[in-house]
Amino acid sequence: MAEWQDVCGIADLQTNSGVCALVDGQQVAIFFLLPAQTCYAISNFDPFGNANVLSRGLIGDINGQPVVVSPLYKHHFNLQTGVCLEDDSIKIPVYPIRLNQTRVEVNVREAP
Amino acid sequence: MTTKKTLLVIGNGMVGQHFLTSLVASSIKDDYEIVTFCEEPRAAYDRVHLSEFFSGKSAEELSLVEPGFFEQHGIVIHLGDKAETIDRQAKTVVSAKGVTIHYDKLVLATGSYPFVPPVPGHERPGCLVYRTIEDLEAMAAAAKTGKIGTVVGGGLLGLEAAKALVDLGLKTHVVEFAPRLMAVQLDEAGGAMLRQKIEELGLIVHTGKNTSLITDGEQCVNKMCFADGEELETDIVLFSAGIRPRDELARNCGLEVGQRGGIVIDNQCRTSDQSIYAIGECALWNGMIYGLVAPGYSMARTVVADLAGDLASFTGADMSTKLKLMGVDVASIGDAHAKTQGAKVYSYQNGDNQIYKRLVVSQDKKQLLGAVLVGDASGYSTLLQYCLNGIELPENPDALILPHRSDESVGLGVDALPASAQICSCYAVTKGAVCSAIEAGFTSLGALKAETKAATGCGGCSALLKSVMDCELAKQGFEVNTHLCEHFAYTRQDLYNLIMVDQIRTFAELLEKYGKGNGCEICKPTVGNILASYWNDYILEQPHLGLQDTNDTFLANMQKDGTYSVVPRIPGGEISPDMLIAIGQVGKKYKLYTKITGGQRVDLFGARVDQLPPIWKELIDAGFESGHAYGKSLRTVKSCVGSSWCRYGVDDSVGLAIELENRYKGLRSPHKIKFAVSGCTRECAEAQSKDVGIIATENGWNLYVCGNGGMKPRHADLFATGLDKETLIRYIDRFLTFYVRTADRLQRTSVWMENMEGGLDYLKSVVIEDKLGLCNQLEQQMLQVIDTYQCEWKTTIEDESKLKRFRHFINSDQTDDKVIFVEERGQLRPADDDERKHFKLVEVA
Ligand code: SRM
Ligand SMILES: Cc1cc2nc3c(=O)[nH]c(=O)nc-3n(C[C@H](O)[C@H](O)[C@H](O)COP(=O)(O)OP(=O)(O)OC[C@H]3O[C@@H](n4cnc5c(N)ncnc54)[C@H](O)[C@@H]3O)c2cc1C
Ligand code: SF4
Ligand code: FES
Repeated sequence: MAEWQDVCGIADLQTNSGVCALVDGQQVAIFFLLPAQTCYAISNFDPFGNANVLSRGLIGDINGQPVVVSPLYKHHFNLQTGVCLEDDSIKIPVYPIRLNQTRVEVNVREAP
Repeated sequence: MTTKKTLLVIGNGMVGQHFLTSLVASSIKDDYEIVTFCEEPRAAYDRVHLSEFFSGKSAEELSLVEPGFFEQHGIVIHLGDKAETIDRQAKTVVSAKGVTIHYDKLVLATGSYPFVPPVPGHERPGCLVYRTIEDLEAMAAAAKTGKIGTVVGGGLLGLEAAKALVDLGLKTHVVEFAPRLMAVQLDEAGGAMLRQKIEELGLIVHTGKNTSLITDGEQCVNKMCFADGEELETDIVLFSAGIRPRDELARNCGLEVGQRGGIVIDNQCRTSDQSIYAIGECALWNGMIYGLVAPGYSMARTVVADLAGDLASFTGADMSTKLKLMGVDVASIGDAHAKTQGAKVYSYQNGDNQIYKRLVVSQDKKQLLGAVLVGDASGYSTLLQYCLNGIELPENPDALILPHRSDESVGLGVDALPASAQICSCYAVTKGAVCSAIEAGFTSLGALKAETKAATGCGGCSALLKSVMDCELAKQGFEVNTHLCEHFAYTRQDLYNLIMVDQIRTFAELLEKYGKGNGCEICKPTVGNILASYWNDYILEQPHLGLQDTNDTFLANMQKDGTYSVVPRIPGGEISPDMLIAIGQVGKKYKLYTKITGGQRVDLFGARVDQLPPIWKELIDAGFESGHAYGKSLRTVKSCVGSSWCRYGVDDSVGLAIELENRYKGLRSPHKIKFAVSGCTRECAEAQSKDVGIIATENGWNLYVCGNGGMKPRHADLFATGLDKETLIRYIDRFLTFYVRTADRLQRTSVWMENMEGGLDYLKSVVIEDKLGLCNQLEQQMLQVIDTYQCEWKTTIEDESKLKRFRHFINSDQTDDKVIFVEERGQLRPADDDERKHFKLVEVA
């Protein structure tokens, strides 16, 4: 059930940082890493702070896992799995994302 | 020609792999040619964390084998090949693919298989088990088309499997034969509490149910029929009704096996054939099969020691467990069921918070025999230590489980533990071993885990490990690792010097030369801050943008609901009525909550991210500048009214405050910097509680440094007296630049100075006497910062490309529907959770 949705152009992304997109009524945080040209898409909602802010968090890696750090209470979320590093019983949705030439596409139907 | 003997391991599961890693780390690693059969298509992986496969962990991430492990140690692994027969006479093993291996020593690590009760229909489609990655893949596939899942078995594994079904989006039932959940580990009350909790999470639990038939369902793939006549429609039936040792190989070659299965082993883990060992879940020791990794690991180590000719015995293992099931803490220790003769039981039940705790103690009340914890397992480590080390209980043992509402601590200080106390049962790591590792320099949690392996198994001991580490570090007065983070093995000061000496302008350049990985929330802002202090480039310039904390990225302070506050600079706290009106108009127009801050300025709260640019445009047009309330930078220079109005005023404190604020505004520093200037010694500006405080006297300005309020208030120290303005400013220039260059990240001036060798006197010698011959440089650097000042907000609103970011959605003009305000005392504030449900909400234009 692949439902890729066109979200924005690559130029709309913020290099080594995040933006938030509205996809199918859901707030999706999209991060774009250079030079590897990697994209990650996760839910924008921070379950600890109860606010839609994750796209505004710093990104980096901890022990090799790519993470975003919530701006509110500094919880780390794995960008590939959505699992919170401080409390692995908490996992936020992650979405498949891909670059299609100059466009960015996200699939919110098929959260693994 | 090799004269090595051959060691063959059958099974490359968790225990088989632990055996191999222990073996290659031992003295006998070169005595053997090592070969292993691995039936599964991939080498050993972490079954304990198998469920994380569903939360996105890949098979690679679950792997227990370091890349290149087999090659590096010359181990031959036959992947996807099952050992079929053992010929004990000829000492050979033949595999399914026809490989024949002659062995000198053989280790059986074949594990177990999930027991599937022979209910008619148990082989129907949708009937699954939960043990391998392939099982999980089958589950995920079945879940795609199914709606209802049922786990047969309400034990530890069954509940974990149920959680997996819930996560897969299925309506989930648990069917248990016993009258309660986790019958092995929990008593009746504990089981009942657990049931109540997980039922609240949407799971449906059926206890005392005996499945008699599985057949065609009407709405679902399957229908389960129970002995009591009831039925349950379900798409998936997941059997988790216990494990059975895989002993068929042993059985067929005539090794002794137990009546109910399991390869019989002695204390050295030898089977009835002295050349053959058995370890892990296939082994039966003293009539027991251990279904946990820790005992298997300890068997594996025993065999390595035995092969090396060392004395070692496996003499049973502790089966205590602590886990989080669907978010519910559950723990069981030792004799949870109070089977010991004369045992006394204490229990505590809190129906409101759904907490249940039970202690089982010896007849003389001196020893802890067992415990059950449901809903709050925070006492687990302490209780386990009492139990395992036979530590004498306090006079009233129930104090250990009663909630303590005062500050008294009844926990067992880790200091009280003997060196022999086991910290990690998975890897048999004692407190003594942890302490030696700390002494050997493994002084961070990560390093300690890597070195001792403690807390790398089930993870249940990590809190305890951390307490031991903290306690030991404190005791031994150890120097704490000063590396900034895992990406830079340098201090902030080192990095500052590197940037200065190599004239580095970007994070990427520094990372490439001196760091590793991609950076994190510690090093990125720190380096961003150093670059800003040194070069004073616009911080939202492309290479720097991703380094900034959110507040710096949006040039505003994020509030708890994701909106921002706006703090324009009001130098010295002086403001004309017109300027006040201008702020008021902006506040009114955008319905911002407005408050006078403790720093003598005005804060406007509740601006959405898309409102920040228009708000700032209006403020800038009215003559305001960024107040840098978001940055690690100069905040405010407070002033008292001073000589212009005050009858006691000695000098113009407001004038000086404004001059200083304008001089240092925009300066990025290791932490925030605050100033104040008072017009006489009555000190109405509270200058002696600031990083830089100035008080007017008849003889000139007195300069105070390194004070702060906040969490640990500190009075500033008198630094120099009777200064004219030029000298005063020169000293402050030098002081600040020296701080910026040498302080640690997030270190206020007070802590910086107190940690400096020589303290205040040294600081005076550098700043006043120019002991390091640096003063000229320090002043020049400050001048460069002052010369390159820009109002970040002004630069931002003038640059179209920077404004793109100030939208909630990149692809829509909608706003965040979670931002909801209510009115209080005539202004807005974020609605709390209750209000979100009950009150009329205020719409903001
Ligand atoms: C707005 C204000 C409270 C108020 O309404 O009065 C305030 C608000 C915050 N303070 Fe403060 N502090 C404010 C004056 C103070 C003062 C009083 C002063 O400056 O005279 C102090 C004690 C003096 C001092 O710092 O030495 C103060 C000591 C702190 C501390 C503790 C610092 C410390 O060294 O212990 C923090 C935490 C930190 O920075 O790590 C803090 C942190 C914060 C943060 C940034 C907390 C946060 O992360 O959200 C708040 C953000 C405000 C915002 O969103 O705009 N705030 N804070 C004051 C803003 C002053 C200004 O105009 O810039
Ligand atoms: C979902 C789940 C959660 C768990 N949670 C925990 C927990 O929280 N804590 C805990 O302590 N334990 C837990 N366990 C139990 C733990 O995983 C086992 O105790 C451990 O894996 C046993 O290791 P083993 O090497 O004996 O068996 P296994 O890991 O099963 O390895 C045996 C291997 O041998 C292979 N094999 C068998 N016969 C042959 C043959 N003839 N030829 C070649 N290969 C063969 C098998 O295919 C298998 O790969 C859990 C288990 C599961 C399934
Ligand atoms: S510090 Fe002195 S000059 Fe300033 S307001 Fe207070 S009394 Fe007046
Ligand atoms: S007790 Fe399992 S990791 Fe330490």
